[in-house]
Formats: sequence, C-alpha cells, structure tokens
Amino acid sequence: MSTASSTDGNPLRDPLDRRLPRIAGPCGMVLFGVTGDLSRKKVMPAIYDLANRGMLPPGFSLVGFARRDWADQDFAQIVHDSVKEHARTPFREEVWDQLSEGFRFVPGDFDDDHAFEQLRRTVEELDELRGTGGNMAFYLAIPPAFFGTVVGQLEEHGLADGGEDTWRRVVVEKPFGHDLESARELNDVLAGVFEPDEIFRIDHYLGKETVQNILAMRFANNMFEPIWNANYVDHVQITMAEDIGIGGRAGYYDGIGAARDVIQNHLLQLLALVAMEEPIAFDADSLRTEKQKVLASAELPGRLDLTTARGQYAPGWQGGEKVIGFLEEEGIKKTSATETFAAITVNVETRRWSGVPFYLRTGKRLGRRVTEVAIVFKRAPHLPFSSTATEELTQNALVIRVQPDEGMTMRFGSKVPGTAMEIRDVNMDFAYGGSFTEASAEAYERLILDVLLGDPPLFPQHEEVEQSWRLLDPVIKHWERKGRPDSYESGTWGPASADAMLARDGRTWRRP
Amino acid sequence: MIELTDTTSSKIAAEFVRSRVRAGSPAMGMVMTLIIVTPEDDAVQAMEAARRASREHPSRVLGVILGDGRGASEVNAQVGSGAGWGGETALIRLKGEVVKHAESVILPLLLPDSPVAIWWPTSPPPNPAADPLGALAKRRITDSASVTRGKSVAMLAQCETYAPGDTDLSWTRLTPWRALLAAALDQHPLKVTGAAVTAERISPSADLLVAWLADRLKVKVQRHNSSGPGITGVSMDTKQGPISISRADGRLASFSSPNRPDRPVALKRREVPALLSEELRRLDEDDTYAATARRLVRLSKQAAKS
Repeated sequence: MSTASSTDGNPLRDPLDRRLPRIAGPCGMVLFGVTGDLSRKKVMPAIYDLANRGMLPPGFSLVGFARRDWADQDFAQIVHDSVKEHARTPFREEVWDQLSEGFRFVPGDFDDDHAFEQLRRTVEELDELRGTGGNMAFYLAIPPAFFGTVVGQLEEHGLADGGEDTWRRVVVEKPFGHDLESARELNDVLAGVFEPDEIFRIDHYLGKETVQNILAMRFANNMFEPIWNANYVDHVQITMAEDIGIGGRAGYYDGIGAARDVIQNHLLQLLALVAMEEPIAFDADSLRTEKQKVLASAELPGRLDLTTARGQYAPGWQGGEKVIGFLEEEGIKKTSATETFAAITVNVETRRWSGVPFYLRTGKRLGRRVTEVAIVFKRAPHLPFSSTATEELTQNALVIRVQPDEGMTMRFGSKVPGTAMEIRDVNMDFAYGGSFTEASAEAYERLILDVLLGDPPLFPQHEEVEQSWRLLDPVIKHWERKGRPDSYESGTWGPASADAMLARDGRTWRRP
Repeated sequence: MIELTDTTSSKIAAEFVRSRVRAGSPAMGMVMTLIIVTPEDDAVQAMEAARRASREHPSRVLGVILGDGRGASEVNAQVGSGAGWGGETALIRLKGEVVKHAESVILPLLLPDSPVAIWWPTSPPPNPAADPLGALAKRRITDSASVTRGKSVAMLAQCETYAPGDTDLSWTRLTPWRALLAAALDQHPLKVTGAAVTAERISPSADLLVAWLADRLKVKVQRHNSSGPGITGVSMDTKQGPISISRADGRLASFSSPNRPDRPVALKRREVPALLSEELRRLDEDDTYAATARRLVRLSKQAAKS
C-alpha cells in the first residue's frame, strides 16, 4: 500500500512534539447507504465533528450513493439535518460551508453500470476541483448481502485502484457474516478486490479509546498482573445490556438475534482483550497476534443445554415506560424464534485461565444500558472473623466499565463503622475524565480518522472473525434444534434460564 | 459553595472531605491540583475556564486571590464540589501579611502524590519557576497575550526565564496552525527556502511561530504586519511555488499549495478553556516549546545587534 503522504524528513514534524495532531492527507469518502440509521446517526455527524476539530484535510469531499432521485443539495440537506441533530460539537456555519462544498450525490442502484460510471467521473472531478489526490475511502453502510455487488462494481469501473501514489480503502460494519461459512464468503469477496490492510472492519460498539484504556490498565500497571489468572480469579462476566428494543430494525434483527449481533464481535473482542497475554509491542500486528492466540484457545463447554441461555423480551415496563414485547414489534412474525437475550459460557484453555469460566451475556430491553467486564475474584482462603461478621461480604471484584461513564470499579470488603465487627462490600470508582469534552473523540471519529490516515486498525482482521464464528456456530446450531427462546419481562435482567445457568456453577450474575 | 471566613488550610481541607461526603462520593478520581493565581477582577472568568477544563481533567482547583499585603493576616475561602465541577474547588482570598506567604496556605492543600499545575490567567510573574507559588508546581502556564501592556516584552521575558514545565497560552494558540503547516509538508515533501508570518503588529503567538519555523526549517522567517485578528497568514517558499495559509476573519482559512486547487479549511481561534485543557493534557516538559523559546531569545538578540 502506498500513501501519498510521508512524515519522513518533514522538518516541521518532531517525535518530541506531541501536541501536533495528525491531519489526514488529501482524500475523500464515498458513502453507500446514505439513508440508513448508521449513516445519519453516526457517520455523518462524525465527519462534521472531525472537520470542526480541524482533523480533516482541506478539500475533503463526501460522495453519497443511494437509490434516490436527489441532487447534490438534497444530499447536503440530509447531512445538514443529521449533523444538526447528532453532532457532538457545536454547529458552526463556516465549518459547514467549507465541508458542504465537497458534497456530491450519485443516484443509482448497486447493479447500475451507469451510476458507477458517474461515480467514477465524480471521483475524478473531485480530484481536479477539490484536490482529493485520488485517495478515496468507500464506506459500505449497507446490508452485507450487497457487499459483493458493490465491491464487484467498484473493481469493474476502475474505482478500486486509483493508480500510482494513491490509496483506496473499504470500510465494512459488523455483522461480518452470519456464520463461519458466510464470513469466509464475505472475506473472499472483499479480499478479491482489496488488500487486507485496505479493509477496515468496524465494530462500532468497541471504540479504539476503550481498547487502549483496557490495554493501558492491564499492561502499564504492576498491581493487577499478579492476580490476573486462575489462582485468584474465580470467573469473569462480560455484559452488554441495552434498555431499548429493536426499534425499527426488524428487517435486520429478525433471524440474526443477540448472539450474532453482539457476542460474535463485541463480547468476544472484549474477552480477547481481557484474557490475552501481553503483546510484545503496542502495535496493531502484535496485538492481533495475541488476540488470535487467545481466541483460538477459547472453547465451549461440552453440555450446551446447561451452559447457555437465551430469551425474548415480553411486554413490560422499562424505566417507567410501558413497552411492547418482541413478538408484537412491527415486522416480526408471531412465531419468530430470534433471541433478544443470549448468554454463553466460554472456557479459555490456557495455563493462565484454565478452570475460570467466562460468562458472556447480552440482551435488549434489560434493566439499563451498560457494557462492562467484571473480574470476580475468589474468596480469601481463610477469614479470621466470625461468620456473622462476614455475612454480607461477597467476592472481591474489579469491574471495567466500558459504557456509559467509562471507568473502573473495585469492590472489596470494609468494616462497617461502629463497635460491632461487621464487614460489608464497598465500591471504589474511577472514571475516565473527558467523556463529554470536545477533546475526546467519539469512537466513530477515531475510526474514520484511522481509515483516512491509513493507521492499521485495532479492529479485527479476518482470522479473528473466523475464530469467533467457530465458537459461536455450535451454540446457534444447538439453539436452532431446541425450539423457542424463553421469554423475559422487559426491564428485567433476562430469563430465569440465565440465572439457572450460573446457579448450576454456584454463582450469580452481577446486577450491573 | 460553603463560605469559610477567617479560616485555615486544615479547615479548608476538612471542608473538602465534608462536601465530598455530602455529594455522596467518598472517593473521586482526581488527577491533579490546579492552582490559579488571579486578581479579584478576573477570578470569576478564570474559575469558569477551570470548571470547563475540569471536565476533561478532574482536579482540585485552588483559586488564589492575593489581596492587599498591609494589615493583619486574613484567609477567607469558598469551598465546594459538584455543580458542574469535575473535582473540588476552593477560591481562597488572602489579605495582610499572609499574602507574602501564600505558599504556606496552598502547600497543605495539594493532593497527595499527584502533579501540580499553576496558571496565571493574567499578569504572570517575570520568572514563574522562581515564584514561591510557581515553585510548588511542575507545570506552569502563563499567558503573555493577556498582559495589558508590553505583550511582546512579556513573551520574551517568559522565554528568557524558561524552565522545564513552563508554557505560555500563546504557544497553545498555535497548535492548529502548526498542525496544518506540518500536514502541508507531509503532502508536499519539498525543501522550504524561506517563510513569512503575517499578523497583528503585536502578537506573542506570531513571535513564537516565527521562532518555531526558523528553528525547524533553518531558514530566515519574515514578519509582516496586518490588522488581524491574530495571525492572518503564513507562507513557505519552495522550488515549486509557495505553500500558504491565509486567514482573514479568525475562523476560516484558505490553503493553497503548488499544483493543487485552493481549498478552504476551518481554523478557528479557540477559547481559553479549550487552551487550558490542551495544556493540562501534558504534564511533562514541552521540548518543542523549549527549543522555540531558546530560538526566540536568540532571534531577538540578533535583531538588537543589527
């Protein structure tokens, strides 16, 4: 891969000068699937926020592609509305003006040759007019079923290769397939046209900031590492809970379900980050090596009926609001067996983790919106107190809060003030500051900037995707044979079968 | 806010603990202590800037107002936490003899085992590192552009007394300019044969930019005057033609380079809270600023000779 820019020998760059942010070189982006939620709520606002913070190159251009009879101004209006509603930084007319000059729209279907010819002309014209230098990122915010067609069209119309000293990159969102086989097919389609380092797979739940926070916590400190193993850790709970239902995403969600939607990518990535060994260096390659190793050593227990659970949300009250059940959602068949709650057990068969189960759960319409990793420690081997004194003492825990309010919580026992000896759990909180400031970038901003800079992504490459499907496929097949998911009342923490699954091991879920 | 009149450091410290408990949070993830030395008139504005910066850097913020040094000593304080603060805050007013011993009030209030930064929003001492309060901190932030008279002289004085940990907000204001200029040379890896900076007649930032360009590019850098606001243009000459950025309105700049169409780019002048947040992000020595400060002193000596 060649990049048009180089930092070698630039006298104004100095490794000691750590204030200077990196601004992407001349480039533009083509956005497929302009009208989708993802584009309007995340991608477009992130582009504006980047421009507002001065991180985009002068002349950055955005081309929309969709089956709509629009002119450039109509597209600009869509972006304008989405930015006004969802952007993180304040709306500034002058930023908008310079950004919107680079907006173009190409109407057409994905199999329409004329439209792709027009897209090619538009890209060339932008090189001339806006100086994008032949560098283009193609953001596929469309259902995976269309990836093949679009990528094929890009190649056929000479859009996949911009020539000497330019780059072309492609960005795809999860899900990366719906099982191992389809993930391989998807990869073959992409890899047939783009090089591995030109393919950016995005897990928008897991921002780069979170990944780096976890790595810093684990590997920059000395106090956690000695207890980070099966000698001290009893088990690990990884939770991603959403308070919302499926909303208007019935078409996408039905037939996919919670396990494919969240466990395959997000929760298994979190597991890899928490369980992996120390990478030899803090770069994308070394990190990937370690993540692949730990995912390859992850195994499912023998009895899937005892170690997994799934559910569908029933009507109920969520946070003071009356909500309908999954089967009443618009576009969902009354007989749908798609799960909205999934919990699985994973064993990591390494010396460090042998015997420590990792419990992964995710669901919609649960108690509150939260993503966290809880490392639950074993009880102290001996307690020199009377049993009444430690009645309310449970296990020590270290909780990595991913969202909201990113940070860490430590739970340990402390004496209750007073003359009686009584020990109770207390929590100590640490919050990463800056979660609301302009300075700390949102996940999508980091990500789009990485794509434009050509930074090797911390996001999964194909081998990791394959490993996670290898783990998940047997669970999904098992569920398919076993009829319908259990139901759970909206606003609770999932079906009774999930509690039973942990109770069999003598454990309980944390209330996050 | 809790008012403490005629108080002591230990009473202020005790009030911090009490207000934390009242807020329901016995422990807070504070990362540093920030001391602000300000005249009474600017105190409100300075504390507001610190409040906004505290969202990114939860800290114990100690505002210090040095009052009239005559008469009997008096220490009054307003102590609080919450209410939009990412940490704890005390605004401490000193009067009488204790004004000369402000560090004795502040020292017991520094958070244990964490860095200390100090900021003079207006009128910095001539030698911040030698200042009794400045000596408590490992990061010292001044703002030469806020001095009412003799901004350029103040800037030069800061550079002459430079000590590791010092920076000036005039330097912070340059970051977007410097980022854009560095990005320009990333895209056009050409040898720069000369450069020029155009700005208001008096602009500490422009002085630093001239020094930085001269230091990094090893060329002579011209300084031209304009009516502002701030810096209005920078150009770098190369064999293929000039690379230039011009900004007439303090918001939107135009970027032109050889063989490329001119392009607009947002380059907004930033507010003080944003500048302060950037400063507090790095608590170690800024080597590039050190080199630039040395160069500025050398350039001014050369100018004085000729």
